[in-house]
Amino acid sequence: MTGVRVLVGTRKGAFVLTGDGTRSDWRVEGPHFGGWEVYHVKGSPVDPDRLYASQSTGWFGQLIQRSDDGGVTWEAVGNEFRYEGVPGTHQWYDGTPHPWEFARVWHLEPSLTDLDTVYAGVEDAALFRSVDGGREWQELPGLRGHGSGAGWQPGAGGMCLHTILLDPRGEDRMFAAISAAGVFRTDDGGRSWQPANHGLHSDQIPDPDAEVGHCVHRIAMHPSRPDVLFMQKHWDVMRSDDGGDSWREISGNLPSDFGFPIAVHAHDPETIYVVPIKSDSEHYPPEGKLRVYRSRVGGDEWEPLTSGLPQADCYVNVLRDAMAVDSLEPCGLYFGTTGGQVYASADAGDSWSPIVQNLPAVLSVEVQALP
Amino acid sequence: MVLPAHLRTLAGVHGEVQLTVKGSVTLRALLDALEEQYPVLRGTIRDQVSLRRRPFVRFFACEEDLSHEPPDTPLPDAVVSGAQPLVVLGAMAGG
Repeated sequence: MTGVRVLVGTRKGAFVLTGDGTRSDWRVEGPHFGGWEVYHVKGSPVDPDRLYASQSTGWFGQLIQRSDDGGVTWEAVGNEFRYEGVPGTHQWYDGTPHPWEFARVWHLEPSLTDLDTVYAGVEDAALFRSVDGGREWQELPGLRGHGSGAGWQPGAGGMCLHTILLDPRGEDRMFAAISAAGVFRTDDGGRSWQPANHGLHSDQIPDPDAEVGHCVHRIAMHPSRPDVLFMQKHWDVMRSDDGGDSWREISGNLPSDFGFPIAVHAHDPETIYVVPIKSDSEHYPPEGKLRVYRSRVGGDEWEPLTSGLPQADCYVNVLRDAMAVDSLEPCGLYFGTTGGQVYASADAGDSWSPIVQNLPAVLSVEVQALP
Repeated sequence: MVLPAHLRTLAGVHGEVQLTVKGSVTLRALLDALEEQYPVLRGTIRDQVSLRRRPFVRFFACEEDLSHEPPDTPLPDAVVSGAQPLVVLGAMAGG
């Protein structure tokens, strides 16, 4: 490996942070698409120079940008996201029916095996796929249409499909997570979907154990064990050992089990990371101390990681797509804050230092190991 | 036409945009011509599917707000002749 490339989406553009093999010397490039919200930037596992970016504003809508040179130059590709058939309605915040309306792309997930195939999770929640590098997009309508869609309700940030996990054994199996509907799984490449929320308990909904309606913030998987899933829910950190058929809580000794991102160590599938946030109404770290918590045993027992992170007067948030791991040895960890800092750890979280400190609010962080 | 800065950047243009419109010069015809010349702007001013103006986009010309005019209304003569531009702008929002 020659280094890493950190892809940062912010409220006002995208930034590319390139580090050498030591992950201590960084070059910052950007903003790309300055002034636009960039919800997500992600590279293809097939070719790290193929990047996709979601660029949007409330004024001028959605664009998808593609780069074939690692983010040096970009090309606007397709931006037509048309729901299949008659879109129908979902529930609005007040419980009334609300027409399905496309707002933006929250998350882009390039295929593990095909350079030109990429999935997009959008608001209002739906899953789209492009097989030509982002020029044309087709909805996989079985997700919205599987039966419960009319009852889905937006979370505070909108009704977004924010997480797409592809099974490395084959992309017939995928997971999608929606706020506030929950986790859904397909085993036939996206034609049909089933809820995968058994074991989730949410006191914020009328039936706390409902099949759908849970505000799942993020799910994560280690590629070596694709049936083991980890979840940061609105409240509660959860784990599934059977591909989402059932979940159990692993919050253990966390100071708060509210939060947004969750990540798995690149080389140890039982080592996981979360960033506890005080509450759903406060959205900042407990006690003003920014702490990543690590469990080396797959949950329940957690240790705070604080070296190099602000331990006083810190009131930033870390959003759901804003934490990533690299595949170098030792594993590197990265996260971005709503205060515009991007922190990096080159020792699996033991110590941290900022790469940049004054970006716009960070929406997403991804990292690529460069060959 | 005068485009807002973000759309000029997207389209790779500087200053005003000159367009040739066949037939009656309406807002719809002008936007059709703009999007044909600059396909990257499809969906940024009006919705790709419904062709409705995006809510935070406004159309001004000759000191008039044309944003709420039906899209097939003929544009003012001064715009048709090129003496005055049709101004596309993002509505003020956010302080």
